[in-house]
Amino acid sequence: MQTDQLIADLASQATRPKNQFTLPLWLAVALAPFVALAVFMPMLGPRANFVASLATVRFDMKFVVTGLLAVTALALLAALARPARPVAYRLKWLALPTLMLLAAVVVELLVVPEAAWAERAVGQNARNCLIAIPTMGAPVLALFLYALSDQAPTRPALSGAVAGLAAAGISAIFYAAHCPDDSPLFVAVWYPLATAILVVGGAGVGSRLLRW
Amino acid sequence: MQPASPSKLQGLDDLLRRALAGDERAYRAFLTDAATIVRRFAAQRMPRHSAGFDLEDLVQEILLAVHAKRHTWRPGEPVGPWLFAIARYKAIDAYRRRGKRIEIDIAGMGDVFEDPAGAPTAIAQDVSRAVASLGGRQRAVVSALSVEGKSISQTARELDMSEGAVRVAFHRGLSAIARKFGRD
Repeated sequence: MQTDQLIADLASQATRPKNQFTLPLWLAVALAPFVALAVFMPMLGPRANFVASLATVRFDMKFVVTGLLAVTALALLAALARPARPVAYRLKWLALPTLMLLAAVVVELLVVPEAAWAERAVGQNARNCLIAIPTMGAPVLALFLYALSDQAPTRPALSGAVAGLAAAGISAIFYAAHCPDDSPLFVAVWYPLATAILVVGGAGVGSRLLRW
Repeated sequence: MQPASPSKLQGLDDLLRRALAGDERAYRAFLTDAATIVRRFAAQRMPRHSAGFDLEDLVQEILLAVHAKRHTWRPGEPVGPWLFAIARYKAIDAYRRRGKRIEIDIAGMGDVFEDPAGAPTAIAQDVSRAVASLGGRQRAVVSALSVEGKSISQTARELDMSEGAVRVAFHRGLSAIARKFGRD
C-alpha cells in the first residue's frame, strides 16, 4: 500500500473510538491501594497492636521507607509510560528510599548490641514476607501492566521492572502494617528480596506484553 | 535530531493539537509532514540497500504507531522529541527483525527447492496459520481481502466498516503477521 493512501486512511480516523475501554495510568495508581487492600484484609489484616505501635519509631520507619519507594517508583513509571519523557532525573529519586533504609540500618546497628543483630535480621516472618509482598503485589503489577499497555513505553522491560518496583512498594506498605518484625535489619534483608521477585516478574512480562 | 527546521516542528504541535480535537484536515497535514520527517530520519539511520529492508515499510510502521499512540502526546509538550522517540523505537524494532532474518541458516534450503510440489501446501498452511494468529476485525479483514479475494468496498459493506477502516485493519493485520512470522 502507498504511504499517501495510508495517511488518507489514518486521517479519516482522527477521533479515537469512544467505545474502546482504556485504563488511564492515574486511575490504575488510584485503584492500586484498594486492590492490595482487597488481598491484604482477608489474607493478613493489620496486627492487633497496630494503633499502639504507631508510637514506636521502628514501626513508623517501615511506612516511610515503603511509602517513599512507592511514590518514587510511580513517578518514574509515569515518565517511562510515554515517549521522550525525561527519565534520568526521576531515576535518581529512587536513591531516596534506599538511603533512608540504609540510614535506619546504621542507627539500628548503633543502638542494638551486636549479639542481637542476627536475630533481628532473621526475625520471625521471613517466609511470610517473601510470600505476602509478591502475592499482594502481583494483582497491583497486573493492573499497572494493563494500564501501561495502552501507553507507549519505549523501554518495555525497564517499564515492566519499574511497575514491579511500584507494586512492591504499595504491597510492602500493607505488609508492614501486619508484620511484627520492625527492625530495619529485617526490613533491609527481606523486603528487597520480596521486591526483587516482583521486579524480575515485571521485567519478564513487560518485555513481551508492553511491546507495540 | 535536526531533520526539520524548528518552525516546521512547531507547526506540527499545532497540527496535532487540532487533529486530536477531531480536525481531519489538520491530521492529514500532520501525518504528511511527519512522514517526510520520519522518512529522512529513517534514511539516515538505516542501511539503505540491504536485502529485506524497505524504507517505506518502516515509514508506514512508524505512522501506524504514531496513529495508535497519538493519545500519549499531550498538548503543550513538543511534538518533535515524541515523534523521534516513536520513530527510533520502531526503527530498532525493524532492525531487530531484520537481524533475526539474516541469522536464518540457508544451508538446509536445498531440500525446499528440490521439491516444488511440496511448496503450495506449505504456503497455504502458513497463510491460514498466519491469518488465524490475528484477532477480531483484523482477522476478518485480512481473510476477506487476501484469502477470499474480496474487494475493499465489498469487505467494508459486509463488516459494516468504512473503507478507510478496512484498509487500516488490513495494514495492521499484515504488519502483525510480519512481526510474528518475519516477512519476505
